[in-house]
Amino acid sequence: MATFSPGFGGRRRAARDDLPPGQYETHDFPVLSYGPTPHVPRDTWQFTLTDENGARRSWSWQELLDLPQEDITVDIHCVTKWSKFATSWRGVSLDVLLDDVETSADFAVAHSYGGYTTNLPLDDLLDGKAWIAHGYDGQDLEPEHGGPARLLVPHLYFWKSAKWVDGLRLTTTDEPGFWETNGYHAYGDPWREQRYWGD
Amino acid sequence: MRRLTWRAATLVAARWETAAARTLVLDVPDWPGHLPGQHVDVRLTAPDGYQAQRSYSIASAWPAGGGSRLELTVQRLGDGEVSPYLTDVLGTGDQIELRGPVGGWFVWDRHVPGPVLLVAGGSGVVPLMAMVRARALLAAQQPFRLVYSLRSPEDLYFRRELEQVQRGGRGVEAHLVYTRSAPPGWPVPPGRLDAAALAEHGWPADAEPTCFVCGPTGFVETAANLLVELGHDPQRIRTERFGGS
Ligand SMILES: Cc1cc2nc3c(=O)[nH]c(=O)nc-3n(C[C@H](O)[C@H](O)[C@H](O)COP(=O)(O)OP(=O)(O)OC[C@H]3O[C@@H](n4cnc5c(N)ncnc54)[C@H](O)[C@@H]3O)c2cc1C
Repeated sequence: MATFSPGFGGRRRAARDDLPPGQYETHDFPVLSYGPTPHVPRDTWQFTLTDENGARRSWSWQELLDLPQEDITVDIHCVTKWSKFATSWRGVSLDVLLDDVETSADFAVAHSYGGYTTNLPLDDLLDGKAWIAHGYDGQDLEPEHGGPARLLVPHLYFWKSAKWVDGLRLTTTDEPGFWETNGYHAYGDPWREQRYWGD
Repeated sequence: MRRLTWRAATLVAARWETAAARTLVLDVPDWPGHLPGQHVDVRLTAPDGYQAQRSYSIASAWPAGGGSRLELTVQRLGDGEVSPYLTDVLGTGDQIELRGPVGGWFVWDRHVPGPVLLVAGGSGVVPLMAMVRARALLAAQQPFRLVYSLRSPEDLYFRRELEQVQRGGRGVEAHLVYTRSAPPGWPVPPGRLDAAALAEHGWPADAEPTCFVCGPTGFVETAANLLVELGHDPQRIRTERFGGS
C-alpha cells in the first residue's frame, strides 16, 4: 500500500538507478555512532584476528601499513537512508589478512574500540569485498568516521563497516552484534532493503 | 521476531513549537507501543509513485493503557525534501506512512541504572522529551537533568511543558544554554555548550548517570567528548546523531 501524500512532489535529487530502494543521495558525510567517538592512538592500535579455536594473530599499525595497500572507490549506503557515491578509501584487503588462515568458520564478528560489534558471513569479507580502511579521500581517516581504521564492507549497510575496528573473531555460528540485537537486520543488504528484523 | 510493516498514519492535530518546528499528532491504528527514544521511519509518496523516507524520533510517551496516537516534532530545513512537507503542507486528515518503532539502544526505561542526564542540541530535544514524559507517566523516581542547547529563545521547543516540569520540582531539572542570543537578563552571555555548564548543570561523573546526547552531528560530537573529558564512562553515554552539522 502506498499512501498518497497530497501535495508531495519530492525533490528527486537522486533519480539514479544505482541508488538502492529507500535511499537518497548525499554529498556530505553524515556520522552515526551509538556513543562518544573513541580516540585511539596509532602507536597502541592493534588488530587481532581470532579463529574459532581461539588462536590469535595481531598486527600493529606499522605492520598493517607494511602489508599491500589498495585504493578503493565504492558507493556506500547507510541504513538511515543516505547513500554516497564514489567514495575513495585506502586500506588492506581482508583477503590479505585472512590469506593463510585455515578455518571451518562460516561467520565473523567484528570488534571495535569502544565495545561495538557486528556480525558478517565470512564469505562477505573475502574475494575483494572487504578492507581494513585507514585512509579516506587522500587523508588519514578521521576519528568520527572510524579512524585510525575501520572495516569497509560497501555491499552491506554501513553499520556493518565497523568503525575503530580492533579485531575479527571467526565463529561457526552467527552471533548478532550490537545493532543486530537492537532491532536491525542480521545481514543488511541495501538492495533488498534489509533494514530491520524480519525485512 | 516482529516484522515492521508500513502503517497508514493520519494527522489528527498539529501545533507549532516554534516558527520552524511543528508537532504532528498522528493516529496510527494498532500501534504496538514504543519506548522513549525510539524513532519511526516516515515515507512520503508523490502522485507519480516517487517515494522519500526519513527517520523521526517519537516525541510522545506511550500511555500505559496503550493507545494509537503518537507525536513527532519536526524541524523545517529550508532546503530539505521531507521536513518542509511535514511542517508546512501536511494537513489534518492527510495520511503519511510510517513504520516502527525502531531502535533498542537510545532508549530509557525504568531499568536504566542511575540518575539520567539528557543533553539536547536543537531538535535533538525531541526523543529526550519523550523520556521526560515517560518518566512522569511511569511516576519513576530516577532524578533527571536536561541541558538543552538552543540558538535563541525563539527556538525553544516544549516551552510550557518544560516550565511546568521545572516548577513541579518532581526530580526533573532543566537548564537552557543559548548559543546566539539569550533572553534579557539571562545571567551568562550566549555561547556554545562547554564543560563548565555540563559540570554545573549535569551530574558529576561519580554519580554514574546514564547520559543521553542527541542533536546534530557536530553538537553530539562536542557534547559527548566533553562528557568523556569530565570523567563519564563512555559506556554510559548513549548518543543519537540527527545528521546535518
Ligand atoms: C534516528 C533519527 C531521528 C531523527 N529525529 C528527528 C526529529 O525528531 N525531528 C527532526 O526534525 N529531525 C529528525 N531527524 C532528522 C531527519 O531524519 C531528517 O534528516 C531531516 O528532517 C532532514 O530531512 P529533509 O528531507 O527535510 O532534508 P534533506 O533533503 O535530507 O537535506 C537537506 C539538507 O539539510 C542537511 N541536513 C539533513 N539533516 C539535517 C539536520 N537534522 N540538521 C541540519 N541539517 C540537516 C542535509 O545535509 C542537506 O544539505 C532524525 C534523524 C535520525 C537519523
